[in-house]
Amino acid sequence: MDTIYSILGAILPLEAYQYSFMKNAFLAILLLTPLLGLLGTMAVNHQMAFFSDALGHSALTGIGLGIILGLRNDLVAMLVFGIIWAILICVIKQSGSASTDTVISVFSSTSVAAGLLILARGGKFAKYSSLLIGDVLAVTPSDLLWLLLALIGTLILWALLYNSLLLTSVDSFLARSRGIKTRLVECAFVVMVAVAVMLSIRWVGVMLINALLILPAAAGRNLARSSRQHAVWSVVLALFSGLLGLTLSYYLDTSAGASIVLVSALCYAASLAVRGIRK
Amino acid sequence: MPLHHCELCHIDLDRITVRRGGQTLLQDVSMHIHCGQLTVLIGQNGAGKTTLIRALLGELPHTGLIRHVDGRGLDIPHLRTGYVPQHLQFDREMPLTVRDFMAASLSKRPVWTGVGKKTRALVDKALAAVNAGELADRPLGRCSGGELQRVLLALAMNPAPDLLVLDEPVSGIDRNGLKMFLDTLLDLKQTHHMAILLVSHDLRFVREYADHVILLDKSVLAQGSAESVFSSPEFSAVFGYSGEEEEAE
Repeated sequence: MDTIYSILGAILPLEAYQYSFMKNAFLAILLLTPLLGLLGTMAVNHQMAFFSDALGHSALTGIGLGIILGLRNDLVAMLVFGIIWAILICVIKQSGSASTDTVISVFSSTSVAAGLLILARGGKFAKYSSLLIGDVLAVTPSDLLWLLLALIGTLILWALLYNSLLLTSVDSFLARSRGIKTRLVECAFVVMVAVAVMLSIRWVGVMLINALLILPAAAGRNLARSSRQHAVWSVVLALFSGLLGLTLSYYLDTSAGASIVLVSALCYAASLAVRGIRK
Repeated sequence: MPLHHCELCHIDLDRITVRRGGQTLLQDVSMHIHCGQLTVLIGQNGAGKTTLIRALLGELPHTGLIRHVDGRGLDIPHLRTGYVPQHLQFDREMPLTVRDFMAASLSKRPVWTGVGKKTRALVDKALAAVNAGELADRPLGRCSGGELQRVLLALAMNPAPDLLVLDEPVSGIDRNGLKMFLDTLLDLKQTHHMAILLVSHDLRFVREYADHVILLDKSVLAQGSAESVFSSPEFSAVFGYSGEEEEAE
């Protein structure tokens, strides 16, 4: 870790990055934003922005259940619950019993209510309020290891599933006619998003996590013509917003998550303008 | 209607029945779809044409047998189908070129990392075979109805199928696009000698292009040459007029 710190100190001659908490935050963003940027391209193609929002909300319930079950590690509780929740939404969505946004809305509100019920018992919610807005400065080296593993795992799965997911997002019947198990592929993707969201939620916060997933991919979509361009733009914009937002938050003394999301939003606005000019 | 012995290879549908939610969508549908022939399925809306296609593609549970049989009546173990949907319901703003779309189907390399040389050549060849070579770098959402159909045909032809299934490919295409599409199809039929099953509403084109016509309404009402089906009493009963009147229009 010390080697990495000294390298970072050398390449980032800013006052902000003299502190190890800022270096940790920097590394977290370096790992997290490309992951979310990549996954975001498909979330946008699959029109799942609302879904990932609901997934973020379910983190509240995950932590709540963790407390009830006496689990020490919040992250494990969130991951397990997030994955189960994601698969449930996926299965119900595929059974076609109600329109998708209705199903998601039911899940989203249920999980927020259940989470609040547990976490706000006896007026103690203040203790958990950092969950809502996130705290990127609380990243520890062991968190970074988890993130690195998640990034590698996701990239491997992503490489294996991407083409199938792409065809499924164009037309699922056509995809099935070519031997793709569309339901399995969709659920696997949803689980990947759930893992990425749960890993990042403590630093980014329930309220903003979805923006990090959707905004860079949405902006990238305005600029790209091909799948490759979409992935590249999305990752570049996610990294740019993440690092610029983090640095600005230090000097302006603002919330890191909020700063990052606002920079992403500006990128999105710029992408709209570029698209308008091109047309 | 007895099915006689066939000299060429064919796909043999034997008493296909599909029931769903207490309703019988298809009842004892039997037919042969021959290699090197264009078989056209006609019928009113709700007659079960799309249901039959979905059953054929393994998308809907059904009873009855689907066999792929050679000229001597022996089973060919695998039936590879290519499918061209009626239309794609996709987000036309999606950043996805025709080449991405084809490459995602034809190779394992994730297309966001780029398209390899081999796949690139394969895609170009597939598109050229349906006169769509110029479409490779166009975003999929910017293709017209006829262009999209040709791209989908190129995809369905790779890897080469034993049976090519097209669900009303001719709806929503202008006349020129249609003629081009059907000529391409005829060309493929002759060069690859594959069996083609096509659903169509456009009876004029059916008369012009079909080798074999099947009139469906939950079960097979009539089948044979376009002439014989169009002049059958079953045809008049289903469409409310005879084939001759259609011709006069």
